[in-house]
Formats: sequence, C-alpha cells, structure tokens
Amino acid sequence: MSDARLPPPADMSDRAFLAGMAILGGSYVVLIIALLTANMFHTSFKDLKLAFQSEQIQYAIKLSVISCTVTTILALWVAVPLGYLLARTRFPGREVVDTILDIPIVLPPLVIGLSLLILFTTIPGKAFERVTNQHMGELLTYFVLPLVTAALIAFGCTRSTLGRFAGTLFGAPVVALILHVSVGEALAETLQDRLHTRITYAIPSVILAQFAVATAFAVRTMTVTFQQISPRTEQVALTLGCSRSQAFWWVTLPQARRGMLTAATLAWARSLGEFGPILIFSGATRMKTEVLSTSVFLELSIGNLNAAIAVSILMIAVAVAVLVLMRVFGLRGASIV
Amino acid sequence: MLEVVNLGIQQGKFALDGITLRVPTGSYGVLMGRTGCGKTSILEVIAGLRRAHSGEVLLGGRDVTFLPPAHRDVGYVPQDGALFPTMTVAEQLGFALLVRRAPRNEIERRVQELAEWLEITPLLDRRPQGLSGGEAQRVALGRALSFRPRFLLMDEPLSSLDEATHGHLVRLLQQIREKRDVTVLHVTHSSREAGDLADVMLRLEDGRLVEGGR
Repeated sequence: MSDARLPPPADMSDRAFLAGMAILGGSYVVLIIALLTANMFHTSFKDLKLAFQSEQIQYAIKLSVISCTVTTILALWVAVPLGYLLARTRFPGREVVDTILDIPIVLPPLVIGLSLLILFTTIPGKAFERVTNQHMGELLTYFVLPLVTAALIAFGCTRSTLGRFAGTLFGAPVVALILHVSVGEALAETLQDRLHTRITYAIPSVILAQFAVATAFAVRTMTVTFQQISPRTEQVALTLGCSRSQAFWWVTLPQARRGMLTAATLAWARSLGEFGPILIFSGATRMKTEVLSTSVFLELSIGNLNAAIAVSILMIAVAVAVLVLMRVFGLRGASIV
Repeated sequence: MLEVVNLGIQQGKFALDGITLRVPTGSYGVLMGRTGCGKTSILEVIAGLRRAHSGEVLLGGRDVTFLPPAHRDVGYVPQDGALFPTMTVAEQLGFALLVRRAPRNEIERRVQELAEWLEITPLLDRRPQGLSGGEAQRVALGRALSFRPRFLLMDEPLSSLDEATHGHLVRLLQQIREKRDVTVLHVTHSSREAGDLADVMLRLEDGRLVEGGR
C-alpha cells in the first residue's frame, strides 16, 4: 500500500482556457469597434458640417426627435397598464396575450410596415383616416384635450379635491363640457385647419410605425418591472384602506419609476432606429416623412456617401449617449432587450 | 371576537380543511406551527388578501368573508415588514390616515404619538433602506396600528431579530396586549414567544388545528 502523495494537477490549462474565451468573445468586440472607426475615418469635420447644414437633414432630425418622444409617451401609456395586468393578474387567455405581445419583436419590420399599410385600406382603417382628416379638430378638442387636462390636474394636485375629482371617470367629460360651452367650436375649427392629416404617407404614420414596434419592448420591460416589485407592499396598502387603484398609484407605481425610465429609454432608442416599417407605411418623402434612418437610405440612394455617413455618425452618437445614460441611472440591471 | 369557521384553503401542493379558530375580543392569540404549514395563508385569508374555497371569516360578529381588505378594519404586519420603499417613515405611519382623508394636523399628531411609543422619532425622515431589522419591524407595527384597527394580524414579527431588539419588541407587544383594545392573532414558530405573550394558544399540525388554553 503506497501512501505517496500524487503531484498536484498542472495549472497551465487555466490561462489557456481564459485566453481562448477572450479571443472568441473579443472578436465580436473588435468587430463593433472596427465598424465604428471605419465610419469615423471615412469622413471629416467639413463633411459633417456640410451635411448638417442641409435643410432636409435638419428636418429629419426635428421629425426624429419629436416622433420618438411622442411614440415613447404613447408606448408608456400602453405598457404600464399592460405590464401591471400581466404581472399581477391571472385572466383567461393570459398566455395567448403574452405570446401576441412578442410578435412585433419577432416579426420582420418590413412585414409590420406592410401590415399597417394594408390595415388602412380596410373599412375600419379608412374610417379612422376619415376622422383624422375631416374631424381632427373635434377629436382633439372634445376628446384628447379633456383627457390630457384631467390627467395633468390629477397628477399635479394629487392631494386636493380638485385633483382627486379630475382623476375619476367624470374628470375628462367635465372638461369637455366646459370647453363645449366656451371656446370649443372656435378651437375645434382652428385645430382642424392646422392639424387635419391623412395617416398613410403622412407624419402620424411615422409615429404609428414606431409605436407598433417600440411598445412591444416597453411592455416586456414593464412586465418584468412589476414582477420584481413585491406584491406584499400592495397587499399591506390594501389592508391600510386602499382600493386596488389607490394601492397602484400610491405604492406600486412609485416603485416602478426606474423601470418606467428604462422602458422609455428602450422605446425611444428603438423608435429612432426604426426604418423598414416607416419606409413602407410612411414613404420616404423628403421634408415630410423623412426621419434620420430614412435619411441614411435616401442619401445613399442618390450617391451622397458623405452625408449618409454623417447621419450615421449622428445616430451612433445618440445610441452611445443613450447607453451611457442607462448606465448612469444604473438601469442596466433592470432591463431586458 | 376574531373568528374563522370551517376554513378550507388550497394552495399549490398543500390544502387546509375545516380550520376553525376563535380569539376572544381584546385577547392575544398566538398561532404556532412548523414553517410552511399554512399559517401565513390563514392570516392572508383573514386579512382578505386570499380567497378560501370554503368557510367563513367573522370579525366582531360581522361576516367579512367577501369583503375587500380595506373594509375589514384589520392591521397586517407581514413576515418581512414590507415597508413602502419610496416613502419616509413618517409618510408610512401616516399613510392609512391619508387614505382616509384625515386632516393634516391629525395625521401629524398620530404620527408623533406612534413614533414616541415605538421610540423611532429620530427615524421619521428616513427611508426604509437605512433602517435596521428591529427599526423596520417597529415601523411596520406602527403602520398597521396607525388607523386604530380592532384586529391585528402579525406574521412572525420577531423571527429575524437579535436578542436585544427581540426583547424590546416583545415589551411593545405586551403593552398592546395589556391595553386590550385590539384583538391580536400572532403567528410564530417559537413556543417561547407564545409563552411570553399568549392569552390563547393555537397550534396547526398536519393541516388541523389543535387548541390549547392558558
């Protein structure tokens, strides 16, 4: 019987193992850096300045910023209730709804654009377009404006009677009534004149196309956010005298602030990057439905490589800024893409 | 009187059946049993946070089986305290009164009163993240009692505390017991706590309730 101790196992393999992992993974990091630097080296400050002085590109920047922001607000309006319902309630067909909400993430963006176009050739789609084209003023004055006003009052004065009334079902209709007996008609006419619009091939289509995709990501984020919030705090709020909606407003939603910020950032970034659906549903009309991603395509298609790269660099800068912002707010841990 | 008649609760793998218990008005009831045997579920049903599939809950002679938690006049201290992460201690203590639309000076008065009794006055402006276990449990207790409910449900309120804090909290609970203006059901797995506090001792074993008196 030999009690001789065996020599310890060789440890050279550890370093080789880590080196191998680094080379495999590192090649992707190198690819990303190479893509970015290639762009930088192909252009100069002069080219960039020239590109940004173009009227079309300035319009595209404006439209991009405005449409992305509007899309983000709309996406949050949908994602917060949906995320809450999916995380907190069990309703029949929940799994089906969950799967449906994943479709825009998985579907090719071009297909979404085409589907939107087709939707607006159907009867309900055409009816909707008729409203925005011919009844926009009334829609805004008696529907949208009252809702927004009531919501703002409810948020701004949560503890006063006025705020509480505004938050009920009667808040918005009362505002609508007040408008009706005062400046309603004149307001509706002005708004109709200024804001009536078609949907397809016009600015609203850009927002709708971005919304169709960005919301799916926002809903995913909000669902995870609400799942991570312990339902215990809500339950305690119920025992302390809250209804479910009060518990939601006072206890759950404040805890969801970070998640909402993440969802908003994701939605905004995704909207900026949307190209396919916008191309099909809104067209690529300069000075009308052109956003930054469309600009790259248009500049490229007329052979203006420098301008295309200039816009690309702008979008890269925005993307990096968004990432830095998410890290600064410590949001990365709470988000899934 | 806190009363539960023939309660049947189904949750995942386990089921409780025919649970009947009574805690006389103003008494301190302690429910014991091994961890995971359903004590928390019973509390949740009494508080209205969970539906039982059979049986009734009667609080003060009133059948509250189908009433929402807000209308049951029950204070609830869950196992981990579950303080509201975005509110200060003062806001948490005043929350129940705020929801009931009490005037501001009354809320402030009640918050001061609770803070003094619980000895947490220096903590009033702090957020829950900076509180120790014992401090958090006291805030949770104060929050549950802030609106002077007639019933108090506590789920293992002393389980994660060190000796000194444990003693302090037991003294607070004994004060509640002596005042006799709340009917308490205190869930625990420690028989020592039961000995220190209980007027009525109840034990949950193998899905059935076994009573022991004092």
